[in-house]
Amino acid sequence: MSDWEPKIVSFFCNWCTYGAADLAGVSRFEHPANTRVIRVPCSGRISPKFILSAFMNGADGVWVSGCHPGDCHYIEGNYYARRKFALFKNLIEYMGIEPGRLHFSWISSAESTKYVQVITDVINAVKALGPNQQFVKNKAKVA
Amino acid sequence: MITFKLNGKTVQGEEGQYVLQVAEKYGVEIPTLCHHKALEPAGMCRICTVEMFDGRKSKFVTACNYPIWEGMEINTDTEAVHAGRKLIVEMLFARCPEVPLLQKLAKQYGIETPRFKLEHDTCILCGLCARMCEKMGNSAISLTGRGVDMKVDTPFHLQSDVCMACAACVSVCPTGHISLEKLNTEISKRGGKPIASEYERGLKGRKPAYVPYAQAVPNNPVIDRETCIHFKTGGCQVCTSFCGVDAIDHTMQDEVVELSVGAIVLAPGFKPFDPSKFDNYGYVNHPNVMSSIEFERILAASGPTSGHLVRLSDHKEPKKIAWFQCVGSRDMNKCDNAYCSSVCCMYAIKEAVIAKEHSHNPLECTIFYMDMRTHGKDFEKAYNDAKNKHGIRFVRSRVHTIDPVPGSADDLSVRYATDSGEIMTEEFDMVILSVGLETPPELIELSKTLDIDLTPGNFCKTSSFAPVSTSRPGIFVCGAFQGPRDIPQSVVDASAAASAAGEILSPARGTLTKTREAAPQVNVIGERPRIGVFVCHCGINIGGVVNVPAVRDYAASLPYVEYVADNLYSCSQDTQDTMTQIIRDKKLNRVIVAACTPKTHEPLFQETLLNAGLNKYLFEFVNIRNHDSWVHRNNPELATEKAKDLVRMAISKVALMTPLAEAELTIAQSAMVLGGGISGMAAALSLAGQGYETHLVERDDRLGGQALNLYRTAVGENVPEKLKEMVATVEASPLITVHLNSELTQVDGFVGSFTSVLSGEGEPKTLSHGVTVIATGAFPLVPNEYGYGISPKVLTSLELDRRFLAGDPELSKLNSAVFIQCVGSREPQRPYCSRVCCTHSIDNALCLKERNPDMNIYILYRDIRTYGEREYLYKEAREKGIIFIRYDVDHKPVVNVDGDGLTVTVTDPILGRPVEITADLLTLATAIVPPKDEALAQFFKIPLNDDGFFVEKHAKLGPSEFATDGVFLCGLAHYPKPIDEAVAQGKAAASRATTLLAQKTINTSGQVAETDPAQCSACGVCVSICPYSAPSFIDANARMFAGKAQINPVLCKGCGLCVASCRSGAIHLKGFDNDQIFAQIFELNEAV
Repeated sequence: MSDWEPKIVSFFCNWCTYGAADLAGVSRFEHPANTRVIRVPCSGRISPKFILSAFMNGADGVWVSGCHPGDCHYIEGNYYARRKFALFKNLIEYMGIEPGRLHFSWISSAESTKYVQVITDVINAVKALGPNQQFVKNKAKVA
Repeated sequence: MITFKLNGKTVQGEEGQYVLQVAEKYGVEIPTLCHHKALEPAGMCRICTVEMFDGRKSKFVTACNYPIWEGMEINTDTEAVHAGRKLIVEMLFARCPEVPLLQKLAKQYGIETPRFKLEHDTCILCGLCARMCEKMGNSAISLTGRGVDMKVDTPFHLQSDVCMACAACVSVCPTGHISLEKLNTEISKRGGKPIASEYERGLKGRKPAYVPYAQAVPNNPVIDRETCIHFKTGGCQVCTSFCGVDAIDHTMQDEVVELSVGAIVLAPGFKPFDPSKFDNYGYVNHPNVMSSIEFERILAASGPTSGHLVRLSDHKEPKKIAWFQCVGSRDMNKCDNAYCSSVCCMYAIKEAVIAKEHSHNPLECTIFYMDMRTHGKDFEKAYNDAKNKHGIRFVRSRVHTIDPVPGSADDLSVRYATDSGEIMTEEFDMVILSVGLETPPELIELSKTLDIDLTPGNFCKTSSFAPVSTSRPGIFVCGAFQGPRDIPQSVVDASAAASAAGEILSPARGTLTKTREAAPQVNVIGERPRIGVFVCHCGINIGGVVNVPAVRDYAASLPYVEYVADNLYSCSQDTQDTMTQIIRDKKLNRVIVAACTPKTHEPLFQETLLNAGLNKYLFEFVNIRNHDSWVHRNNPELATEKAKDLVRMAISKVALMTPLAEAELTIAQSAMVLGGGISGMAAALSLAGQGYETHLVERDDRLGGQALNLYRTAVGENVPEKLKEMVATVEASPLITVHLNSELTQVDGFVGSFTSVLSGEGEPKTLSHGVTVIATGAFPLVPNEYGYGISPKVLTSLELDRRFLAGDPELSKLNSAVFIQCVGSREPQRPYCSRVCCTHSIDNALCLKERNPDMNIYILYRDIRTYGEREYLYKEAREKGIIFIRYDVDHKPVVNVDGDGLTVTVTDPILGRPVEITADLLTLATAIVPPKDEALAQFFKIPLNDDGFFVEKHAKLGPSEFATDGVFLCGLAHYPKPIDEAVAQGKAAASRATTLLAQKTINTSGQVAETDPAQCSACGVCVSICPYSAPSFIDANARMFAGKAQINPVLCKGCGLCVASCRSGAIHLKGFDNDQIFAQIFELNEAV
């Protein structure tokens, strides 16, 4: 159990947070390797179904990150995302998934330091909750 | 090739290689302290000890300098090896117990306290420094003495004058024994110090081989000949040993390249004013007095403090920061810059707001200013927010001196006079000098070489009606060399200059271009996926961390994968050619590249697919460098696992990819310009000048717009005369059709093919055009205060201009004239600044003074905003005795109309009491008000802001275009602006339009959304949320799917907002479709 490392799915918008993750690489900012990035054009592209599906498929945490409000490459996609996920977070809590497993952030492509900060926070938060047991199709085989 | 065994595995190396080199190639780690890739191995530290079996017996050898030979067996991981290394580490640790590196090593080998006598040295005598110094071509230091007396030293222990203080020894010393301090005090006679990074304003060092800044284009490193040791001694060339592709050639020479061109655009920029000449601010001596440009670096995440707001003297977080405005601007006393630098007020506000955001503690920000000049679009709002929301304090005062606080090396004391004349002393942790913009001496020289005229402020001289043309035909200018200006204005000018150059070069357009032959596309629809996976080592960037062969082999085990390979550099030209060949030979129909990042290299590999005859969308990029090897360097195993996961996810996605078609769109080679004012005409002339048929639509019965009301420009040009010339040129142009008395009543179509209906006199006209320029202008506010409409002596600025135009003799006879500024601007109902009125009123006041020098003239203002070189007018006005009295918005001047008499009462802030002025003429500088044309906004799906101005694509980088493709913006419809800026933006809009028109056809992205009308419930969500108006309802009378949604692939940008919002699952985003993303997610299950 002590060796358990959470697996976190991150949905990054192509223009801001994906770029921040790239820049963190260019800056060689070391951080834990728990995330698996799925690149999408815009945070507005992300459907709540993706998040549910990630949890069903055994993700211990999900992290959605896009451009800062007002900075959307597609003008306003992130506003819709923000509204959608504000509600969705309540819903998953109601469904019994700890809200600490689902994270949203706005990180611009220049904010590699913020990226590292947030990824560390997200991983720590999910780690503290332990393996996801709710809503998983094939329940995790944790001893 | 020599074959031998390494840890039981058969490996191969080149003749002459050492064990360590081969081990590195095969990813076998051998620790070493004294080895350096660029130097001959020396076997000094002994930690690389390995066990060698020669067929008969085992012995220990140092891997770094033991040459390989056929048939030998090397073991790096045996107990004996570890025991040997442990002993070496223990001895080194005993010698240097304080060195962190050895402490770490000792801990790794489980040594708590060494059994040997502690020596408290810091040098392990690895000799790396001496060998490196020799490599540098200097040999200033070497290992001297024998046995226990051996040490690194200079000859005779004297500070060397051979040493060039390059600090190569410091950079390679593994223990920190040779420090910069030791170099400067014991080794070198010359002072060695870090090479100041120009980009970081000297707050950070850089190397002689460096990338100037992260955004540099091209983003390749350069070698600084001035500091590179090779160019001094002929030695070094260490960089060549690290470059995996042999790209470095030290023999390259500067070349003089001669180009034959038809036009030159000057965009050389400015130099920030150097505040070191102001000794009263102590900028040179006090680290906590910084220039605003340096402070930008402190705030930057990539800057010297990684974005942590600390002051430089003691790295403490400041609690109080002051900004001083107009440092090196509006100053004829300490420097010669009489002009206003235009941008500093706004950037100081920005810096203060960001500083507050960055600060972990409550931060007090104070801006000391003379006039707050926030005349740009939405700038006044930022100013108000800074005051009211962010709590930034604004003090109207020019501070004379900064003193260090007695007894403190870090704090600063500032003495200033308040509005009421009181002298205050206040302490600050940091002071930021908001330095102005200056033309550097080399540009003044350049202007002489180019034979172009400069203004008194040493900016490039231009005229209002040709704002980007220098005094020499064919040479154009943009940016801060044209006058101090901010980003949006520079971008406008840049487009305008391009357009101006394009006008004279249009006959030559396309004569030097080549068209590339495209390979015919193979049809792969219906084929079973045959995926090729190429994993890149990126030299050692990926291969040094991620086990690339393991990832490659793992990929080979996954479904549909037909071919796998690993490349040293996938992006190199020869690898590209090989990949093209492999795709063809193996009949691959999907390709995955696991390498650096799609942000930089996706287009390159898509090109490879195209060359191989594959649709470029049958591709997926896996980011295993930026997102993986570079950030998990210390966890190679996890990094490899992550790379495998990501590759598996990508394979499942790419299998579902289909070839996508890019819609080709013909751009009708004509334009419609809406609005026949200055900017509309400028746009039309520019478009016609580049050979495009242009329709100029004006709702009035004549061209000219608001300029018809203007008398002269700020630099004294006669507006009616120039306007007449402009109108005549428009009317004479064979390519421009002018439609007067016409209004737009209907618009159909989109970028490339608009159809517009004009109605006016006679039958409605239908125009077809490829692009549209919105230049619909704005109107002067009709005031309802200050006695306007009651007394005939109260006029608006434009009405006064008309009197000048009419040559009204009464104007010379007046005894006193009053101007009131900000009438209807910068007030709650109209919170923006109208930008032009300060200059306009001052110029009109000067016109009155010319007619009657004895006239008493008063200008009642809130902040004088004569930005740029308009400041000279303000200065001249004061010199000529025009009296400026400031009022604030809560105590506005009171106008009393009493029969024929007119008095204005205002509280003078210096006297502190009301002053009553009897006025023969009162001019109101009224706001510029946009028409808030919602119908027009609806026609083109373009947004209006709260004030009623159109919202451009990007406030800074796209000021003359809309987010809606094919629609462009200029003039007052964008924001209030004087004639020169309106002309420039007209040209800029034309320039942006030309980039579309010149392509004749455009290919839109294949990654667009598409509806499935059979699934669509016609709820309309997609239609209402799309920022680009791409979805629409199929016509209600259509035969098929009437009323269902459809998406115009030409307008769609592929953001996927509609896809995520569709309640019926009827929309698919090609390239990022639900099944593709779900496939990636499903692959996770296996990962857990």
